[in-house]
Formats: sequence, C-alpha cells, structure tokens
Amino acid sequence: MKKIINDPAAVVAEALRGMAAAHPDLLTVRTDPAAILRADAPVAGRVAVVSGGGSGHEPLHGGFVGPGMLHAACPGPVFTSPTPDQVQAAIEAVHGGAGVLLIVKNYTGDVLNFETAAEFALAEGIDVRTVLVDDDVAVKDSLYTAGRRGVGGTLLVEKIVGAAAERGADLDTCEQLALRVVAGTRSLGMALTACTVPHVGEPSFTLAEDEMEIGIGIHGEPGRERLPLEPADGIVRRLVDAITEDLPFAEGDRALLFTNSMGGTPQLELYLAHGIAERLLAERGITVERRLVGPYVTSLEMQGMSLTLCRLDDELIDLWDAPVHTAALRWGC
Amino acid sequence: MGCSVEDVTAAVRAAAEVVREYRDELVELDREIGDGDHGENLHRGFTAVLAKLDGGGFDGPASVLKVTATTLISTVGGAAGPLYGTAFLRAATALGDASEVDGQLAANALAAALEGVVARGKAAPGDKTMVDALTPAVTAAQSTVDSGVRAVLLAAADAAEEGAASTVPLVARKGRASYLGERSAGHLDPGARSTAVLLRALAEAARR
Repeated sequence: MKKIINDPAAVVAEALRGMAAAHPDLLTVRTDPAAILRADAPVAGRVAVVSGGGSGHEPLHGGFVGPGMLHAACPGPVFTSPTPDQVQAAIEAVHGGAGVLLIVKNYTGDVLNFETAAEFALAEGIDVRTVLVDDDVAVKDSLYTAGRRGVGGTLLVEKIVGAAAERGADLDTCEQLALRVVAGTRSLGMALTACTVPHVGEPSFTLAEDEMEIGIGIHGEPGRERLPLEPADGIVRRLVDAITEDLPFAEGDRALLFTNSMGGTPQLELYLAHGIAERLLAERGITVERRLVGPYVTSLEMQGMSLTLCRLDDELIDLWDAPVHTAALRWGC
Repeated sequence: MGCSVEDVTAAVRAAAEVVREYRDELVELDREIGDGDHGENLHRGFTAVLAKLDGGGFDGPASVLKVTATTLISTVGGAAGPLYGTAFLRAATALGDASEVDGQLAANALAAALEGVVARGKAAPGDKTMVDALTPAVTAAQSTVDSGVRAVLLAAADAAEEGAASTVPLVARKGRASYLGERSAGHLDPGARSTAVLLRALAEAARR
C-alpha cells in the first residue's frame, strides 16, 4: 500500500483538519464527534439538509456543505457509516427551527445509524425526515437483497433539495422533492482496478489486466459481473443501456447526465466517456439538458467510472441552476 | 449461585479482548463478501468498551451490559454498531435489576438480544447474517437453563459456531453481501462469525 498518510487509524481526522484549514470562510469542522457544518449554521427558518456516510467518497459529502446544498455532513471512518450520536449532534447543530431532512444512501449500516439518530432527534422534539437514495441499477431491488444502493444520484438529490431549502421550501416540500429526484434517477458504475482501504492495507478485490468489473459499489465491494475489458465505446454502451432500460428513460425525456470518476480515472478518459454517453443518449432521443463531469462520488483511488441519469423538468432545472457555494461545487455566486 | 456484577464484567471484558485476536480474520471474511471493515469496526468499539469497563462503578449486571451497548452504538458504525448495540441493550433490559445472573436469566437475555437484532435488522434465519448464529444459540440456551450460566453459554456458543458454519453455502439476502447475489455463496458470513466468537469468549469466561 502506497498512500500519503501517517497512521491508517487517523486518516479521517487528519483529512478533516486539512479541510478546515482549506475552507475557513465556508466550513466549521467539528471533531469528536466529527461533523462538517456550514460556517453560518444554523440558518434560522430554513430546513436543514444533512447527509453523511463513510469517508473515502470525497468530495461527497463534506465537499458539498455550504449555501445552496448541505447544512451538515457526518463523515464516518473510511467506508463505514457515522454513528447515531454523531448524526444527532450534527442535527442539533444545524437545526434552524424548520426541521431537518436526512439524505441517506441506502446501505444497511447507514440506514440503521441514521434511523437511530432520527429517533433520538425526534425525541428531542426536532422534526426529522429521512429520504433514502437508491439509484444503483446494478442491484436488484427485491425482497432478496438489501435493496438498490445509493451512489452518484446522491449528489443530485443534495444539490436540488439544498437549493429548495435555501429558497425557504418547507420540510414537506423538501421531502417530496427529494423523493421525486430519487424516483427519476438511475446510476451504474464500473471499475478497472479495486481500491485499498487504509486500515486494511490491501486491495478490496483483484482484477487482472484484461478484466473489468461492472456494477461495482462505492465501497470497494465487487460488482455483479466480471467481464473481459472492452474499449470505451463498449463500456459506456453497457452503462447507458442498463440505465436507460431500468427506469426506463424514453425518447423525448429531458435529462441531466453526470459522468463520474471513481477517483483514479483521469479527466481525459472521463471526457472521452462522457462524449460517447452524450452520443448514445442522443441516438435514443433523450435530450441531455444539464451535465456534470468529474470526480465527485469516488471510491478512494479506484480506477473506473459511473454514469448517472436524472429525468428533468423545468422546476428541477431551475433548482439545479440555483447558486451553490461549496468546496467542490460552485456556480451562480 | 449465579454470576455477580464482577463476573459479568469479567466475561464482557474477555469478549472485548478476544475481538483483538480475531480482528484480521473478520477483516478478511468481510473483504470477501463485504467491504472489509467488520474486524476494524468491532475492534475499535470493543477497545472503547474495555476503557469504559475500567471506569467501573456498575450497580448490577444489567448496567455492565447497558454501558457496553451505548459504547458500541457510539463507536462501531456500520451495521454492526446498531445491531450489537441493540443486542446488548435488550439483554440488559432482560436482566432487569437482578444482582446475580442464573442460567434462566442468561437464556432470557440471549433471547431478548435476538429479538432486538431481528427488530432492527429485519433479517430472518437463512439470510446469511448474524441471525443465523444467534437463532440456534438461543434455542440451545433455552434447553439448558437449569445447568448454570456457564453451561448455558457453552451450549449457545457451540450452536452459534454450527450456525455460523451453516452460512457458508447460503446466498446473502441482507446486508452488503446481498449485492453479490449468487457470488456470496461459498463464504462464511463475518457477522455470524463474530457472534460465535463473542459467545465463545463469554462462555469460557463465565465462572459459574
């Protein structure tokens, strides 16, 4: 394992210290329990939007804290959900009197820990709602699995709901909006290499030089299918086909296309893949009206990519375009 | 004569210490069908439990289990934190204000722990989870209640080890391993394994 770290057990704490140093005007970083808060929190009279999860997916979630997006992010250890007391402390820190919306990726650990925190916060008299993001088409949503995972679509939910909360939408409206974005969003990821969790010290799985893994999650867990490596055209077609067939997206749909690096894939390859995805969607009569390209929902240093497609309407476009000022996303201000 | 608050503290301490020995094995099992954090998370949590036990000041067996529960909930993370936390919390509630634990109470505590885990995690036997170790452990404990805490826990540990082993051929239906579908078969479930390890340590440390 080669990483720019000191003690594997202190990686998250040391990274948070650096994040605080890098964005003093934007963020308040708390330790014990760890939380990344908007510098101006709590914002009175606004719904507080809170998310979190294991670390290792940066800039998700801490990089999305700031005006127009999240009010707080709770970083757990690498690939491990934050604990209930940690989430509860974040809820209490950013609650501005209009309720709190928790945006949670659908993983058993995250759901159990956020659920427990929500119970505690409700008992304290804070109106807390939870919306689960489950956009990953690699997992069958059935009684026989933990349900689809939350992956790249989480960023879109956080941006769109964060914009609505900033404008003063009430908790019911924010919750319904989040559910609407989740319902219209699908993702699929693939990997060329695995990633190495610092405290484990070796790759979470192994792929040969001529192999790729389709349907990987963002925690280094293997996917559903291991296939011979293909050129970019073939890889992107597999992702686009699976995503568009799942919802399904149809001719005439307006959409946001998010082409995401898993951390180790360079921008050059990412734009190459994005171009192919735009062409394939145009062939299907799906109009890409907004797009985002970059490493935003990552899995440490994993080489690979994911595509996320979200069905848009005028309201969602307006909220996507609304000003946002965070460490990782900034426009309109 | 049952187990006093000192006996219960010693048993929980033994269980917490044994997690360190099994950390790497649990990491490896979880790396195969999960994300490799189970051993690390339990190690972090039970290290915190040891520090809390050092603080002492327990007024009964239930308070030892309750402190263990709240410490695990606030330090483990992942699915294991709320699940083991709930298990210890429900076990504490089952002990009530008893000053000593006998075989019947120990079996009741195990049954309450299982109920809590099922209520929180919604897993059923055969889903390839810790429920597959805990369910037979409860059954075995309930059939040996007249023979003292040590015998009850030894029977539970034996059954839990068999139950954990039975998860190998199963296809996971809950938790992160379920994303692998058929590829999860052929691997020992890390949660079932850690349940068996903890029960064995509790049993070996029980003095009566």
